[in-house]
Amino acid sequence: MTETTTQPALRLQDIVKTFPGVRALDGVSFEVMPGEVHALLGENGAGKSTLMKVLAGMYQPDEGLIFIGGGQVRVANPMEAKAQGIVLIHQELSLAPEMSAAENIYLGELPCKSFGRVDWKALYARSNAILERLRCRFRADALVADLSIANQQMVEIARALTVDARVVIFDEPTASLTDAEKVVLFDIITDLKAQGVGIVYISHRMDEIFTLSDRITVLRDGAYRGTLTTAETDEDAVTRLMIGRSLDLSQRVAAGEVGEVVLEARGLSCAPLYEDVSFQVRAGEVVGFYGLVGAGRTEIAETLFGLRTPNAGTILIDGKEVTIGSPQDAIRLGISLVPENRKEQGLVLGMNCRDNMTLPQVGDLTTGPFVSGGAEVSIFDQYRDRLAIKTPSWRQPVGFLSGGNQQKIVIGKWLSMQPRVLIVDEPTRGIDVGSKSEIHNLIRQLAGQGYAVIVISSEMPEVLHVADRIVAMYHGRVMRSFNAGEVTEDSLVQAISGIGNGKAA
Amino acid sequence: MSTTNATTPGPAAAPLRWLMRNPIWGFVLIIFVFFSLATDHFFDIRNFQNIMVQTSTIGLIALGMTLVMINGNIDLSVGATLALAAAFAVDVQSWAMFATWGNWQIFPAVCAALLVGIALGALNGFIVWKTGVDAFIVTLGAMLGIRGLVFVYTGESSFYAMNFAYSDFSALSIGPLPVLALIFLACTLAVHLLLSRTVHGRNAYAVGGNREAAINAGIRVGPHMMVNFMIIGFLAALSGVLLSTQMGAATPNLGRDYELWVITAVVLGGTKLTGGKGDIIGTFGGVLAIGILRNGMNLMQVPAFYVYVILGSILIAVLFLDKQFNRRTQGGLRL
Amino acid sequence: MLLTRLKAGGPAIAKQGILVAFILFMIVFSLASDRFLSMDNVMSVLRQSAIIGVMALGVTVVVIGGNLDLSVGSMLSFATVLVVDLHDKIGPEMAIPVMVFATLCLGAINGFLIGFLRLNSLIVTLGMLSAIQGLVLIYSGGQNVDIVDQSGTWFRFFGRGAILGIATPIIIFALLALIIHVVMSMTPFGRKVYAVGGNPTASVFSGIPRSRVVFATYLISALCVAVAAIILGSRVMGSQNNVGQGYELQVLAAVILGGTSLLGGSGSIIRTVLGVLMLAFIQNGLILMGQPYYTQWLVTWAVIIIAVWLDVAAKRGRLFSPIA
Repeated sequence: MTETTTQPALRLQDIVKTFPGVRALDGVSFEVMPGEVHALLGENGAGKSTLMKVLAGMYQPDEGLIFIGGGQVRVANPMEAKAQGIVLIHQELSLAPEMSAAENIYLGELPCKSFGRVDWKALYARSNAILERLRCRFRADALVADLSIANQQMVEIARALTVDARVVIFDEPTASLTDAEKVVLFDIITDLKAQGVGIVYISHRMDEIFTLSDRITVLRDGAYRGTLTTAETDEDAVTRLMIGRSLDLSQRVAAGEVGEVVLEARGLSCAPLYEDVSFQVRAGEVVGFYGLVGAGRTEIAETLFGLRTPNAGTILIDGKEVTIGSPQDAIRLGISLVPENRKEQGLVLGMNCRDNMTLPQVGDLTTGPFVSGGAEVSIFDQYRDRLAIKTPSWRQPVGFLSGGNQQKIVIGKWLSMQPRVLIVDEPTRGIDVGSKSEIHNLIRQLAGQGYAVIVISSEMPEVLHVADRIVAMYHGRVMRSFNAGEVTEDSLVQAISGIGNGKAA
Repeated sequence: MSTTNATTPGPAAAPLRWLMRNPIWGFVLIIFVFFSLATDHFFDIRNFQNIMVQTSTIGLIALGMTLVMINGNIDLSVGATLALAAAFAVDVQSWAMFATWGNWQIFPAVCAALLVGIALGALNGFIVWKTGVDAFIVTLGAMLGIRGLVFVYTGESSFYAMNFAYSDFSALSIGPLPVLALIFLACTLAVHLLLSRTVHGRNAYAVGGNREAAINAGIRVGPHMMVNFMIIGFLAALSGVLLSTQMGAATPNLGRDYELWVITAVVLGGTKLTGGKGDIIGTFGGVLAIGILRNGMNLMQVPAFYVYVILGSILIAVLFLDKQFNRRTQGGLRL
Repeated sequence: MLLTRLKAGGPAIAKQGILVAFILFMIVFSLASDRFLSMDNVMSVLRQSAIIGVMALGVTVVVIGGNLDLSVGSMLSFATVLVVDLHDKIGPEMAIPVMVFATLCLGAINGFLIGFLRLNSLIVTLGMLSAIQGLVLIYSGGQNVDIVDQSGTWFRFFGRGAILGIATPIIIFALLALIIHVVMSMTPFGRKVYAVGGNPTASVFSGIPRSRVVFATYLISALCVAVAAIILGSRVMGSQNNVGQGYELQVLAAVILGGTSLLGGSGSIIRTVLGVLMLAFIQNGLILMGQPYYTQWLVTWAVIIIAVWLDVAAKRGRLFSPIA
């Protein structure tokens, strides 16, 4: 890139943002030049979405400065950001379903005639113009609830084009788009770029980033890891920056003896979420399910835990075929699930630590008809010590604990049931760095103690660090299985991107 | 309106699609045909006038409730507001200061009543806005409290309208339309236009459908909700005034349980309790369904009791069918 | 200042707020009226609060489970009319079990629709409110019912009798409160209700049969209504067919005043009892002070909103909602 004297369209300097228990952004600096596509890259929990919300005025940074067009500003809320020409296109759709596309595009700024009447003519004319520019096939008066997810995404994008944008932030915009729609989107981005708009592009997908971006900034664990010029770098370099230190597998806790097959799935299908999935898990080993979000991994776990009915295939425990019709069945068979979304699925946040931990077995911890508080406390104490859970008392509501300790409560909940199979879905999502390795070691130890463990993760270092065998999934199918010793990062990346054995472009 | 014409799919498809979106109108049509065939006195212009007058009370409040429920709120205090407004309307006209005004004494009375309704709505809305307490609780408290105000004001006795012009008002007709029905229809049209054509009305869907998005888009959610509470207060008060003209009196227990009837009508009309969805066409259908059912069963000399059972069952059935149609959204996870 | 205090010791104060308010009211009323704290007066307040109180116990269980029950008022009419009407037809020893069974059936319908079919509890119980009111009217033909031999039947014991000088309704209320308190705070079932109300998804992920738990909460609510109907029928020795009209919201007011969140997962039986007593004593105190009985509604209005407001404010750490 040639030397330019222009000011960056947007510049962040040393931004710090903390949440209770997590330092989400730790002194991050970032800038976008006018007419530049600047990709923001990092794994789940690296701080991308927090940074983006700071950019869009949804969060206030604890420390740090924001400059727009060279001048320092405070962005108190999304409207101010928009007024400054900064537009965020959400990954989670922020649309009102029972309104027309046009009304959503101009939400909060509906053109107005006398008596507060909506100027429909102007609204539709302008909206249709924008939708045409986006080459959308639907009209502006279509109800958003009737649109496909991809078209809803287009409405979201259309919103950004209503203002004279200086910077447009795209957060994983292609997650729900077809290939044809992606082409349109990339054209739009190129258009915007040509008009001198700065683009922040957040994505997991390397191919997109290398097609589109001028520069790439990598975040890891809430910290700035460096900015690369796209033309001068390659995927390897970026991946290394993302993953960080080259993995030191020698540090991992050795597993014990690998025993008999405990859990086996044969040709398990739950179309269209996943199809024809077969695998075995032995006592004392950790099997990692690796793939992108939406590859069908969580759905397999939910099936094993009795929350989904498979439409084909069999599940075997100790070689015997079983039907798992409910979580209660699963628990009886010794299967337990530490779910993906800790706060929504794992814990009753208002309940105290002890009660959360003993929840699945509270019916058995009784003297007479009453719950035996003593038995509960002794179970809690036992697993608090074993898992090193930090909490002032068992009376503490789990909502007040840090992410890592919350996760340990969920793990303790299932360990105290003495399961045979432990399924852990995204074990370290939203957990700070220190606790991450603690949880990883814990998982290794559990395998050492003879549990059959399944770890589902979309973080490569995590599976590499934790798993004995890795099952790579892509679009609901198992692409390949690897043994921990023989796997390379390249082959893993190829497997989960649906690329056969060819080298990635 | 022709509804069944299978040979020409084009024109027939549109009403059918419309009916899919407003199933309550299908139900209205069915009971309308049923009662027309089943009893002699139903299909009669005078009876239609009756139905419109009878439904106007609940109907007016239901219009406001639609707005409030599209916002994701609810108002349980409407019955009490109605009673207080009715008491004001009947009482103020007999104040000594208006003694010489002749029939004009009704004017300040009705104004006072409507202002009371707006003020109570504003109070509810303000509390919901500023405290962040759920509207259900705020208006549940108001339901008790405003009823208390009614008793304080009336001292437990009924007020009677001394000016006969007041009670004669309800008997007036303009052409074939009783004036009460006319007011109801005019308000229906007005609120329909408000909801479907104005910025405020359209924003109501955003506030209820995706509050976060509404806030981020700069819609002032608090004042917006407060305005809607004021509108329902106004409509409840208007309803109280009209009811008291019909009775020529205001009793302290007027409007008890109306909130439940109103909510039933609105939910039958397809408005979602969770907010973001609903319209006046549906609400009007829900109100008519209740009115026709009551009237028709009355004409068939079915005791009024059965209407309660049928309405309750329909309400639950509507909910059940709605759930069946929207089941796919859960993604098959058994929770 | 209030704000900082809310931030600091907020949750603790909010938790005890109802108790503090209760004591304050008691002090004010006892200063204003000599009779207020007299044994006679307290006993009569307790006796009068028993019916709403018993129903509030059941509704508390439902609300802790994350749902609402607006059908208890109609259900009370239904149960009272049934037990009074059957009293003279098949005798009290048969009338009571028949009525209890019929009421439980209504509760089971609620529970099935809400627990197993997952329909919105507010609308379902609103529909049931209407439907049950209709059932009562159909059953009674719109007539009020009476017990003919009012002094000769042992049925009078429940509403008019006394044990050791304490009126039976008080004893029934106290016993039932104790039992349900124990169930909710000490048994696995109670724990599961809190879990289901607090986070239904997480409770399913913990292997709790969510549907059955919700179903059971509605059975408990119906059972409480049946008990209230026995007290009411026995006290009045007759019944109007809309006797329970409007009870649902008064009961709910008592439950909310007790600090049970409508969101589910929190609340307690003991505090509901406090809420019930507080409403009853406010009513009684105001009357003793020479105020007409309806002033209690004005006070209730203010008390409910302030109580819930402080609770909400303590949770979000600021007094006013941040919404613009």
